Amino acid sequence: MEAAIVFLPLLGAFVAGFFGRFIGDRGAQYFACTLLIFSGVLSWIVFFDVAVMGNVAGKIDLGTWMRVGGFDFEWMLRVDQLTAVMLIVVTTISAVVHVYSIGYMHHDPHTPRFFAYLSLFTFFMLMLVTADNLIQMFLGWEGVGLCSYLLIGFWYDRPSANAAAIKAFVVNRVGDFGFALGIFGIFVLFDTVRFDEIFAAVPGQADATITFLSWELPAITTVCLLLFVGAMGKSAQLFLHTWLPDAMEGPTPVSALIHAATMVTAGVFMVVRMSPIFEYSETALAVVTIVGAATAFVAATIGLTQNDIKRVIAYSTCSQLGYMFFAVGVSAYSAAMFHLTTHAFFKALLFLGAGAVIHAMSDEQDMRKMGGIRKMVPVTHAYMWIGSLSLAGIGIPGTMIGFAGFNSKDMILEAAFGAHSWVGYIAFGAGIAAAIMTAFYSWRLIFMTFYGQPRCDERTLAHVHESPKVMLIPLAVLAAGSIVAGMIGYNAFVGGGMDAFWGDSILVLEGHDSIEAAHHVPTWVKWLPIGMALGGVGLAWLMYIGRPGMAAAWAKALRPLYLLSYNKWYFDELYDLIFVRPAFYLGRNLWKNGDGAIIDGVGPDGIAAFTQRLSKRVSALQSGYVYHYAFAMLIGVVVFVTGYLFVQAG
Amino acid sequence: MDGYLLSITIFLPLSGVVFILLSGSDDTALVARRARDVALLASLATFIASLFVWWNFDPSSADFQFVEKREWFGEDGFSYHLGIDGISLFFVLLSTFLTPLCILASGAIKTRVKEYMIAFLVLETLMVGMFAALDIVLFYVFFEGVLIPMFLIIGVWGGPRRVYAAFKFFLFTLLGSVLMLLAIIAMYWQAGTTDIPELMAFGFSRDLQLWLWLAFFASFAVKVPMWPVHTWLPDAHVEAPTAGSVILAGVLLKMGGYGFLRFSIPMMPEATAYFTPLVYVLSIVAVIYTSLVALAQTDMKKLIAYSSVAHMGFVTVGIFAMNEQAVSGAIFQMLSHGVVSGALFLCVGVVYDRMHSREITTYGGLVHRMPRYAVVFMLFTLASIGLPGTSGFVGELLVMVGAFQANTWVAALISLGVILGAAYMLYLYRRVIFGALVKEELKTILDLNRREIMVFTPLVLVVLWMGIWPMHFLGPIEASVINLLEQYQTALAAAGDASMLAAR
Repeated sequence: MEAAIVFLPLLGAFVAGFFGRFIGDRGAQYFACTLLIFSGVLSWIVFFDVAVMGNVAGKIDLGTWMRVGGFDFEWMLRVDQLTAVMLIVVTTISAVVHVYSIGYMHHDPHTPRFFAYLSLFTFFMLMLVTADNLIQMFLGWEGVGLCSYLLIGFWYDRPSANAAAIKAFVVNRVGDFGFALGIFGIFVLFDTVRFDEIFAAVPGQADATITFLSWELPAITTVCLLLFVGAMGKSAQLFLHTWLPDAMEGPTPVSALIHAATMVTAGVFMVVRMSPIFEYSETALAVVTIVGAATAFVAATIGLTQNDIKRVIAYSTCSQLGYMFFAVGVSAYSAAMFHLTTHAFFKALLFLGAGAVIHAMSDEQDMRKMGGIRKMVPVTHAYMWIGSLSLAGIGIPGTMIGFAGFNSKDMILEAAFGAHSWVGYIAFGAGIAAAIMTAFYSWRLIFMTFYGQPRCDERTLAHVHESPKVMLIPLAVLAAGSIVAGMIGYNAFVGGGMDAFWGDSILVLEGHDSIEAAHHVPTWVKWLPIGMALGGVGLAWLMYIGRPGMAAAWAKALRPLYLLSYNKWYFDELYDLIFVRPAFYLGRNLWKNGDGAIIDGVGPDGIAAFTQRLSKRVSALQSGYVYHYAFAMLIGVVVFVTGYLFVQAG
Repeated sequence: MDGYLLSITIFLPLSGVVFILLSGSDDTALVARRARDVALLASLATFIASLFVWWNFDPSSADFQFVEKREWFGEDGFSYHLGIDGISLFFVLLSTFLTPLCILASGAIKTRVKEYMIAFLVLETLMVGMFAALDIVLFYVFFEGVLIPMFLIIGVWGGPRRVYAAFKFFLFTLLGSVLMLLAIIAMYWQAGTTDIPELMAFGFSRDLQLWLWLAFFASFAVKVPMWPVHTWLPDAHVEAPTAGSVILAGVLLKMGGYGFLRFSIPMMPEATAYFTPLVYVLSIVAVIYTSLVALAQTDMKKLIAYSSVAHMGFVTVGIFAMNEQAVSGAIFQMLSHGVVSGALFLCVGVVYDRMHSREITTYGGLVHRMPRYAVVFMLFTLASIGLPGTSGFVGELLVMVGAFQANTWVAALISLGVILGAAYMLYLYRRVIFGALVKEELKTILDLNRREIMVFTPLVLVVLWMGIWPMHFLGPIEASVINLLEQYQTALAAAGDASMLAAR
């Protein structure tokens, strides 16, 4: 059954991709969707079996992959509680997005290819979450990166889409560079890449050192930080986040599935999976916390001023991933997984809702050209509200009643506070600041899109229409999840049923129990986030509905800050200046001057030229005149005779 | 049968040559067609013979197998001595696998077809012979002999600057080979034999080893090619006909790596240990330098040629990192690179045959007219950048794992090549395949035809096979690699003892 969950999407991808022209667009769509729904249903069965009933399903061995000396591992599917949670998240969202895409990609001439990519992505994502060793995880990791590349560049006629696709792949490769070195470090340290064997050996190596580059470093911390570089790339954390907003060049269902709900959370999943190692390095956990907190804050500030509806949500994703990481950093792994799950629902809802808006507005994405359409797309409007309420974390503190994001996000903030460490407090502060901004940009989005006067042209306005059922029903599933997922999951994920639910799949050391502490934080900590969220909503209302001139006035008054945010803190410009241009410049110079002028100039071409010059001179001597030769002979005779006489005399 | 299997594999292609020569006719078209058919049949027969070799190969043994030994000339035995072990087995198969594909892919050759086919068949004989030779003189004959047909293929059927390229190729490689010949003579004087297994066991003095190593290095480093003696490769590739590039990248570059494994390491272990840092440095420079250069290329073939140099940098690191993962990985990487870069050159050949241009700017938006081609090209691009599930990943991963154990600096620096590799290959793919189809002359370009699909299908299957079930290839390599490493360690330990005694 587990094998079917993983390989059905691959079959779907294969058939849709290679036989799409025989079974037609419809055939490819329905085939891929059916297989995915099957896979989703099976995932839920496995989830109930493993996580709810407590039957640990174990592993399925599919044969040896590599065995070279001690470097030995199998193709293996591993299903434990952590995997089970990811299985339902991935297959459910993927199935929903597949169905939605039937409607969304209706006019596209390349739908079979689109569905092939989506299904292939799902396959690799499932390989990633069911991996039993680091290398197979790396396979899934690179595979989802490939599909992300293909889907961002799906509309390959657009130069911007192609550029964004390459950027995504290459930036991820920078992360993978760290991930790969981390894997090698683990292999050197533990002599294995299988999870169970690594985890069993960690306590014994807690104080080991490793020689990395020229330094003798604490081994566990070093490998954890290297692995985390990989996670930063895939999960778009600060410094490696620049690809994610550009990735919005892909079709909107892709943004929902890959760049919001599943692939970008792979980094979080990886760190949670590796919790038995990370737990043994305070330094690594502190770094994770700081990077997460900084990302949550910075991405939120950028989200404040963007005008592209998808980019706002993209930066919001970045920011929410930051929350998940600082949760991991304070050892609140289960809270991170909880937020990962609820976030998958409400962020997919927001993206697909945004897709419905874009669909209605004849492919317009700029919010400055929207406005006033709530009466024309009432259902989409309602869904966007639900998604935003969940994202902003609206609920009643002290109880479990609230939207999905309320339960998970507040748990993260409380855990950060409850960790009672200086990094925890920094994360808490950054999280609270990000919360007010999150609420602000979410309602800025809603107000600019649905309220006020229409700012689009007549023709677009005449075409504004509610999306077809095939798009709205998937949204209903996600909306339901965005409302109730938090209340349903609370007890099992982070509440009293936590230990039984997660079993051995997550390790939290004694003294790191921030979730337990989170249940006992002061009341003001519980009320602060909701207060901030409501404040953000109010401010958005004031600026975009109440006093419309206010936004422009503030932008003028705080011009440097506004520009910093609007230009995304100038990361792209900076990277272009220090990495991209020098690489091309160096390449051209090494080619023309290094290979051309120096190596060839001194080497073969130089020698050839020298030989030619020499032979020209020599051949010039052979003039053909007898008296030249006679003269040369005479001189020769003179030299020899003189030499002979000298020798004789000596 | 078993006793002659290697000889049969080596000389089957020559039987094709005989048939081609015999089938003289005045009708050149008929001669050309017959030559193609005969060459294809002969090379396929050779491939089947080599499959028997694989089938009967005993993977548990590190000894030379299918050994044949006959006296050749000279009083104390230059002999015709053949045999293969786990290290050479797959190089033989690589040669016999690529040759029929090359012959099949040479449909665009219209002039002197008969001579072209003869050149390829002779080339195949020499390549297989080189990998199977167990006498160093025999090896040298094959090793140098390979140059002649390749020189002709580039010089006769090549592009506009073919003569410059052919001579550059010939001079670079010859320069190294002359030094190697001197070293071979020196070894013969010392050891009194040219038999490779005996030479491996002989144990040269440390001082002599250093000189011998450098002489062999001069030859092998040019072949690999290592930085800075790599500049012949881009020129040779650019001017060579497609099939010539395939063999050049697929097999001829592997002769250097094979040479290190067969001669430098087992015969000169102390010198190998001594010079390892030099190899590391040159390899790292090669990986980073040529990757950057590849980024700036405007010629498709040149770009892939430079990427070959970078990939071979991984190979040389792996060979000299001297642990099981690294050496196996280096061998695997050579096989994978042989298939993948061969396939990439074939991909370039497909559009070159249609448009007669290698300039990247000639193309753009090919996916609109050539979806099948786009899929195939994408797969090999991914294999080239080492995506898991393709052959490229296995080799790179093993080399890097091994290198990390030997020296973390080396591992970290060559890993940079993986980032750059993704950049230049995807950038190439984007400029050729993606984008709007705006160029007038491309609007009628045709997708892969039947013959081209026949060429690519086996390559695609092998790339995936090697990526998903690499044990079929790593298994037979294992025993020989372990043996090589054990001999190396023993020799070093013995040398260490001797120097300690001397110090006392």
